[in-house]
Amino acid sequence: MVQTSVTPAIVARGLSKSFGHVVALSGVDLRVDPGEVLGVVGDNGAGKTTLMKILSGVHPPTEGQLLINGEEVRFASPRDAQRVGIEMVYQDLALAGNLRIDENIFLGRERTRQLGPVRLVDHRANLALAKQHLDNLNIHVKSVGQLVEQLSGGQRQAVAIARATAFDGRVVIMDEPTAALAVREVRKVLDLIKDLKTHGISVILISHRLDDIFYVCDRVMALFHGRNLAEARLADVDRNEVIGWIMGNKGGHGVPDRPDRTDEAR
Amino acid sequence: MGVTSPLEAASDAPDVERSRLARLTTFIDRFGALGIVLIMGTLSYVAQPDVFLTTNNIANIFRQTAFLALLALGQFIVIVTAGIDLSVGSTLALAMMSTAVLSVAGVPWPLLILTPFLVGAAVGVINGVGLTWLHMPHPFIMTLGMLNIARGLTNLISGGVPISGLPAEVRWLGAGNVSVGGLQVPVSVGVVILSYLAVWVFLQHTRTGRHVYAIGGNPQAARVTGVNVDRTLVLVYALCGLLAGFSGLLLAGRTNSGFPNAGIGAELDAISAVIIGGASFFGGRGTVLGVFAGVLVIGMMRNLLNLSNVQVFWQQILIGVVIIAVVAFDVLRRRIGSAS
Ligand SMILES: Nc1ncnc2c1ncn2[C@@H]1O[C@H](COP(=O)(O)OP(=O)(O)O)[C@@H](O)[C@H]1O
Ligand SMILES: [Mg+2]
Repeated sequence: MVQTSVTPAIVARGLSKSFGHVVALSGVDLRVDPGEVLGVVGDNGAGKTTLMKILSGVHPPTEGQLLINGEEVRFASPRDAQRVGIEMVYQDLALAGNLRIDENIFLGRERTRQLGPVRLVDHRANLALAKQHLDNLNIHVKSVGQLVEQLSGGQRQAVAIARATAFDGRVVIMDEPTAALAVREVRKVLDLIKDLKTHGISVILISHRLDDIFYVCDRVMALFHGRNLAEARLADVDRNEVIGWIMGNKGGHGVPDRPDRTDEAR
Repeated sequence: MGVTSPLEAASDAPDVERSRLARLTTFIDRFGALGIVLIMGTLSYVAQPDVFLTTNNIANIFRQTAFLALLALGQFIVIVTAGIDLSVGSTLALAMMSTAVLSVAGVPWPLLILTPFLVGAAVGVINGVGLTWLHMPHPFIMTLGMLNIARGLTNLISGGVPISGLPAEVRWLGAGNVSVGGLQVPVSVGVVILSYLAVWVFLQHTRTGRHVYAIGGNPQAARVTGVNVDRTLVLVYALCGLLAGFSGLLLAGRTNSGFPNAGIGAELDAISAVIIGGASFFGGRGTVLGVFAGVLVIGMMRNLLNLSNVQVFWQQILIGVVIIAVVAFDVLRRRIGSAS
């Protein structure tokens, strides 16, 4: 940890989560700085998705603490997390194919206008804002009025990312955003992530594909059996080491010691 | 920014053709059911040229289908969420009978008119609450239970016999006419059209209405974007119940009575109208205009078969054939659409 002068965008301390008897996470720490892209790797069942669902307010943690811009927060719902700028792009994208692009981007947060006694959705404003936002992100679609089910996988991913950044999202969490994409669409999504970085947005990227991790990330951390295993700046590791982490070999890159942690992962 | 490569459409060459097909699909989605209405109308006209197009006959069709129109409208909102409400026929009967019982007890007409709405909405709220808070596995179960409960209650409060005698104001709603530019238009038709307009505004132009479609399209997406899915579903079932109650009011007015067997099997007619009107049984798809067309198709079919003295059993068979044909056509069209 070289510098501590910036306030991290998000800090998690000692997060644990159990589902009944299943311990999905125990004592996990995480830190992301503003404009930083953090890669999270780990084998299936390592707890990556669970960790991200805690950060985005889907699950409350069984134990542990979350700090946003240095202040402790508690989320009762994804809405609470969105309010402080944490947005998640779900593995299954969570788009409604029967709705238009703009409706998906603004779902649950539609602009309205008052007409006499009733508040109506301002479809025109939503279409215009959505178009402007997509243009900002260099995402090109034929028309924002298209139904999402008419889009390709990459375009859907782009719409999901656009939704995550449409409301001053400061931290965007992406769970395997390239897993379901055709090869030629992967690069475009990764470039979109790099673009978010230039807007000062932090990204947490879960991916099984080391190509993705090494293309966009500044730092990479590994989970193993629900615990921190290792982390390093991207410049300080190579692929083989990261592959080793996924299989549970931490190599030379341990995590900073914490007195309350007993590491059983080796 | 600006260094990144744009996310273009994945396919380039067949785009023109695809968009033409997409446009055709959208067009059929919007107006397909009206096409069936036109076909039915032409058939009716050819078969009964002297009777079919008389204002009397048209008014009759509308008057007879008004109660189905309201049932189908409520059912439609539920089906958009990928749900189903089997209890609407019984709810209609309970609302109708409650009104008749209270009327005989001397309750003044403004309260009588309010009664069926309250009864219907209450039944709907119970359906919705059972579905969400009691975590019923499928709306089929909850509303099947309610189908029996509401029918039982109807018989209980009436002793299982028809009760007649409603004030003129209620009868006017179900059987009265108003003169519009010299034309005698049934009041019930005006009521139906206003209800359809209101529901159209609700579904297309309010946030909650759009959330109803989102829930039908992908409930998970609705949930994680902060839509209160449970509350929306309770509202949807309450609206469906409310419209079933309204429908009971019209039928009570038209027949000047409450009868315990009213609306038996009407839930299936309502579902048929919604499906013929182009809504998807899997939720998220369909329009108010389509439902209206679906109701008209059923109404015209009945009318034509009655005018032609066709046995009532044939009506059932034909409605069944139309349902299957419409859905089969829809499936075929989508397969062709996605294959290109
Ligand atoms: N909702 C849940 N209920 C019960 N167990 C769960 C739930 N979600 C995740 N788990 C369990 O928690 C562990 C971690 O899962 P997950 O976070 O999905 O891992 P990953 O995303 O790294 O593959 C797994 O053992 C999984 O079975
Ligand atoms: Mg996962």
